[in-house]
Amino acid sequence: MDPSRKRKIRLVVALSAAVLLATALIVVSFSAGTSQLLPSEALAQKPDERFELGGTVVDGSLRDQGGKLEFAIQDPNGSARIPVVYSGAVPDPFREGREVLVRGELEGGRFVGNDMTTKCPSKFTAQ
Amino acid sequence: MSSADVGTAALVVGLGTALYAVGAGAYAGRTGRREWAASARRAIYALLGLLLLAMVLLEAAYVRSDFSFELVAQNSSTDTPTFYKLTAMWSSQAGSLLLWVFLLSAFSSAVLFLTRRRLREIAPYATAVLGGVAAFFLFLMLFYASPFATLGSPPVEGSGLNPLLRHPAMMFHPPMLYTGYVGFTIPFAFAVGALLKRRTGPEWIRATRRFALVAWTFLGFGILLGSLWSYSELGWGGYWAWDPVENASLMPWLTGTAFIHSIMVQEKRGMLRTWNVSLIVATFMLALLGTFLVRSGILDSIHAFGESTLGKPFLIFIATVLIASVALVVSRRSDLRSDARVDALLSREVFFLLNNLVLILICVVIFWGTFFPLISEALTGTEESVGPPFFNGIIAPIALVLVGLSAIGPLLTWRRNSFSLLRRAFAVPLAVAVVTVVALLAFTDAAEGGLALVMFTLAAFVATVVVQEFWRGTRARRTMTGEPPPVALSRLVGRNRRRYGGYVVHVGIAVLLLGVAGSSSFNEQKDVRLEPGETVTIKDYEVTYREPTVAIEDDRSGTGAPLSFGAVLDVRKDDEHFTMRPARNYYPSQSEAMGPVGRYFGGEATSEVDLRWGLKQDLWLAIQPDLRKLKGPIRRGNELPERFAGQAIVAVARHYADDPPPAAFRAIVSPLVVWIWLGGGIVMAGALLALWPSPEARRRRVTSLYAARLGRELSRA
Repeated sequence: MDPSRKRKIRLVVALSAAVLLATALIVVSFSAGTSQLLPSEALAQKPDERFELGGTVVDGSLRDQGGKLEFAIQDPNGSARIPVVYSGAVPDPFREGREVLVRGELEGGRFVGNDMTTKCPSKFTAQ
Repeated sequence: MSSADVGTAALVVGLGTALYAVGAGAYAGRTGRREWAASARRAIYALLGLLLLAMVLLEAAYVRSDFSFELVAQNSSTDTPTFYKLTAMWSSQAGSLLLWVFLLSAFSSAVLFLTRRRLREIAPYATAVLGGVAAFFLFLMLFYASPFATLGSPPVEGSGLNPLLRHPAMMFHPPMLYTGYVGFTIPFAFAVGALLKRRTGPEWIRATRRFALVAWTFLGFGILLGSLWSYSELGWGGYWAWDPVENASLMPWLTGTAFIHSIMVQEKRGMLRTWNVSLIVATFMLALLGTFLVRSGILDSIHAFGESTLGKPFLIFIATVLIASVALVVSRRSDLRSDARVDALLSREVFFLLNNLVLILICVVIFWGTFFPLISEALTGTEESVGPPFFNGIIAPIALVLVGLSAIGPLLTWRRNSFSLLRRAFAVPLAVAVVTVVALLAFTDAAEGGLALVMFTLAAFVATVVVQEFWRGTRARRTMTGEPPPVALSRLVGRNRRRYGGYVVHVGIAVLLLGVAGSSSFNEQKDVRLEPGETVTIKDYEVTYREPTVAIEDDRSGTGAPLSFGAVLDVRKDDEHFTMRPARNYYPSQSEAMGPVGRYFGGEATSEVDLRWGLKQDLWLAIQPDLRKLKGPIRRGNELPERFAGQAIVAVARHYADDPPPAAFRAIVSPLVVWIWLGGGIVMAGALLALWPSPEARRRRVTSLYAARLGRELSRA
């Protein structure tokens, strides 16, 4: 086989491998992805599967029910809010007024979650 | 003139100096005039001096709690322990920028000093690039986030360092990561110099490979320290969460790993030139991206500095550097042709290439997953994110392939291999691997975790390969020189440090991944509420909540927390007895609304995890005390006159200990976690071995200096 043809074949093989991998990555990530929604978006779409509810913990809404936390999450602009029942590990920075991301699903009008991420308090990083 | 003014002046002069280095370096690069090259180099030394001054001024302000500095008021306070005052600098946006550019100037000065008599063509342009990067960071500090901003009316007390950051690792984790990020700027700058001058041979690699290795070592150590920190302190109970910022630090490490492997192919065989310059460009871009991600607030991460204004200039800088680098590589493609071709598929260079492709593949998957929220929002309009299962599911199998390659590579020789040679090389390691599988299946329950089983087997394979390599090398040397075995071994390693250091690193990575496989496949976690006297069983441990503890002004870990609620737990495992003491530290809130007593109970709180290390498994305990019953006493305390607040706090805290409510505990038993840190230690030992200058290299350097001097004298004569 002459070298230029060999090179062409190699290129085609490499490119098709790359395309295959890329397709696999896209398919897997879109099927594994969970959407992140603000309370206003969640109320509008009413998803029936697990998603991440993001927003600010409403001041004065936090109740500790012994093993379960109840609080409300609202859009950062304060427009819509959803009550949350949370059981699971509470990260250290969690408190009222902080931005959080809770994973769970809507049951009735409430969001039932068991896993969360908190954003670092801006008090220490105000620019 | 206040010290803040001096600091700002140092930055202004620093920016001028850096820009001068760009101009002088570029001019020297074009014209080849040595005096300008020397002048640019000295400008970088001067920059180091100026930034050292700025660092000292800022740290001094932290130590004396000078709250007229905005930064000091924001993240330090008089009651912050001195150790954490010193580290508070890089917990802020502006302070961390200063640290970044300071480290850059230190690394730049070191490399320019070491190469001052070599690389006369490449070094001037490299100086210009280094000056340019430094200038960008100085520009950011002067126009966006000044570390020397002052407050007109300084507060009496500062906000204090974020309690989450009060951990000994804070002193080392960020500076080490930054050293890693910054270190990759050096080979990048020299690669650009080499491309501009069309000197794409191995010279720039020889001059900077040690810096690449230093950067790789620091970055790896920084990442490892970060995961040790999150495991032992942050109350997550995990060492890796696939958080965007964690991913951002791992990506340049992966491409850096690929780079330090593939440059060997260029040194030995003159191949992969385009690949190497592309890799170092990618590594530098990813290092910038890592620095940028923490600051941009575009992805949700625990590490983020919060929304800031730095995003735009940073993005413009990254885009500019990327476009310029790609254009440069493309315009020089005729100079980047390989000297040689691949002779056979079964050769060391092919396995280096495969290892590179696998590393890049892992990096691409991480990149995709990390930026998936942005990608999906752009494509579908909804922000979606992929969690740890996505990363674990894809990356675990690829990592196994990588470990397999790292075992096979060292057994192959350059160019081509004969099958009889391969049979001899692979016989013993394969036998050991087979014995390991059989033993694991017969005596343990490793079969339940398929990936873990494969990983254990591969680790045994890698370890045997490396032992065999040391053995064969020693034997060969002994036959040649007749030295006794220990002498032969130490001379063998001493004269081939990079090679044998690299082998040690391979073993370390295999051990580390073995810990990862074991702990993620067989870990058990329980969240329980216990009354004093109650017991929970997790795996073979019986954990009993004996009594609550209250510490007032007596924080065991020295973070300066005035209050700490915890527990004493009796743990029983077979015949073993011991006690564990997890706690939760409470830091006073700045909010007046909570009252003089209440603010001590309602502020930030951090978990002080207690860990029982073991070679087989760790027992990890965290507590979340329930302070609801203290509301009444706190309210009564708040109503007392302010001067009784101290006594009231003590009384309220005692109330908790006297009549303890049930507390929430999280218990985790993770097998083999210790092996992650042990493996990491082996990696670092191997890296140090590879970095240490070998006696021969030192002699070569001395001889070349003599030769250069002789040359000069002769030319004068």
